[in-house]
Amino acid sequence: MKARYALYVVIAAALALSLVSCGKKETTETAPAAPAAPAATPIDMATVGSVTGTVKLDGPAPKPKKINMAAEPACAAEHAASPAVDQEVVAGEGGALANVIVYVKEGLGNRTFDAPKSPVAVDQKGCMYTPHVIALMAGQTLSVTNSDKTTHNIHPVPKNNREWNKSQPPGAAAIEETFAREEVSIPVKCNVHPWMKSYFAVFKHPYFQVSGASGSFDLKNLPPGTYTLEAWHEKFGTATQTVTIGAKESKTVSFVFKAAAGD
Amino acid sequence: MPGVSLGCGALLRCVMTTLSNRGLHRFAVFTASCTLLLLVAGALVTSNDAGLSVPDWPLSYGSLTPPMVGGIFYEHSHRLVATFVGLLSIVLAGWLWRREPRRWVRRVGLAALGAVIAQGVLGGLTVLLYLPVPISVAHASLAQIFFSTVVSLALFTSRWWQSDLPQVEDVGTPRIRSLAVWMVAAILLQLILGAAFRHRGFGIVPHLVGAALVATLVFWTAGVLRRRFSEVPELVCCTRVLHMLIGVQLLLGGAALWSRLATREFPQPMPVMVWLTVAHTVVGALALAGAVLVTLVCFRVLRQAPQVELAASHPNMNQQGAL
Repeated sequence: MKARYALYVVIAAALALSLVSCGKKETTETAPAAPAAPAATPIDMATVGSVTGTVKLDGPAPKPKKINMAAEPACAAEHAASPAVDQEVVAGEGGALANVIVYVKEGLGNRTFDAPKSPVAVDQKGCMYTPHVIALMAGQTLSVTNSDKTTHNIHPVPKNNREWNKSQPPGAAAIEETFAREEVSIPVKCNVHPWMKSYFAVFKHPYFQVSGASGSFDLKNLPPGTYTLEAWHEKFGTATQTVTIGAKESKTVSFVFKAAAGD
Repeated sequence: MPGVSLGCGALLRCVMTTLSNRGLHRFAVFTASCTLLLLVAGALVTSNDAGLSVPDWPLSYGSLTPPMVGGIFYEHSHRLVATFVGLLSIVLAGWLWRREPRRWVRRVGLAALGAVIAQGVLGGLTVLLYLPVPISVAHASLAQIFFSTVVSLALFTSRWWQSDLPQVEDVGTPRIRSLAVWMVAAILLQLILGAAFRHRGFGIVPHLVGAALVATLVFWTAGVLRRRFSEVPELVCCTRVLHMLIGVQLLLGGAALWSRLATREFPQPMPVMVWLTVAHTVVGALALAGAVLVTLVCFRVLRQAPQVELAASHPNMNQQGAL
């Protein structure tokens, strides 16, 4: 009888352990062991070129949806003058599309790059993320601040990086984190305020930019070569183009997303 | 005179036992009611995507009184109600252990206590491990099982269950007991599939297939009950309960799915989606508990033909004492 009970206990413990380890595998793996960073590949600055361009939306942009912040008076007060709207599609004059990450997807070979020492900043203001889309290099510090009079939690949900979830009361010190691996893009949310959404994109090279209100981007200091450029938008997905740059050459590339593609 | 005092003592014990049993039953009903409230609180957390609004556990933001804003309100309220239900379960199990003469009922009380402890641990793991699908689904499913267990305890401690009830033979095929057990299993599976859908483990298709399976089994069981046992008031009542629960649940399921599709473009969970989903989840729990009750009632008032023969040859086996 005792032996049977012992067996039950062992089975229960094994099940509990397997459950826990199963969960850990998915979500709480510790930060990947940082391999010794190889020395950055030297770039001949005398020959570098650039790619500039714009991202546009073809067709009428969907009407922004109003956000109801009534559940959080501190947030609602920040938007008393004009109601907050979602930032999923921010289109300007002539269909200029903001918040699109344009980056080099292929063509850099085995080159390696040092992460910048300066942090990338994101603020929580008016219960919105500012900026809405953030791009940074693997290993570069991300600094998250809270300018609101309410508590937020910052919760990136990556597939290829360590997941974390940290709370930040009003006036708290900046949260500083890094991401170890390349990933486009990591959804970020505040579970306290479910309308707060953002995206972090992590690259192992410095050739990326998030389009601004004019929809423009500028990828500087690219070594001569043939590259696949990709533009990523949270609603409209991705678009790619191939471009070849000679020494000291500048090229212009335009990306156009179909408005209907997001429906 | 000793005989008189002995009689008074026995009477007093009888009265105390009756009062205690009545109190125990009422307490079990109260615990079940609070558990239903806990299910509402839990469903509100998931539907508002507030599961990780409090990043720490067991405390909330390192305290028992975090700022009750936004998602924190839902998550911390859920924790408070869960703590209260946990305390009620401890009292219920202790009460049963001290006062309940039937050993198997005492064991069910302990099982309920074990389930609520496991449920608390699973809830903590969902927070600390960032809502892994298997643990979140286990947390959601165990909640429903715990609710059914407490509802069953309320039934077991009721005067009706402990009274002498006429036994009715079930000579049909398939046996209603088997059918009822399959119905409970199907509803439980369906609740697991529903939880997996809510926690993004599966798509909607398995849940829709499960709904068809459950509807078939419930209507089949209810039909058999109506045809074979129309003269047994308890089973007629069971038929009505089954029809009502599954009908309401199917309507709520359709409405919840519609609301989810209709509001998917909105930047935040919309109240219509939240409340329809909460209602669907809670009525799902009620459907499981209802099916469990129907099954238990079937086991309580129905006797299968072979047992009649056995009882006829061994009259001592037909006693009610073991109920």
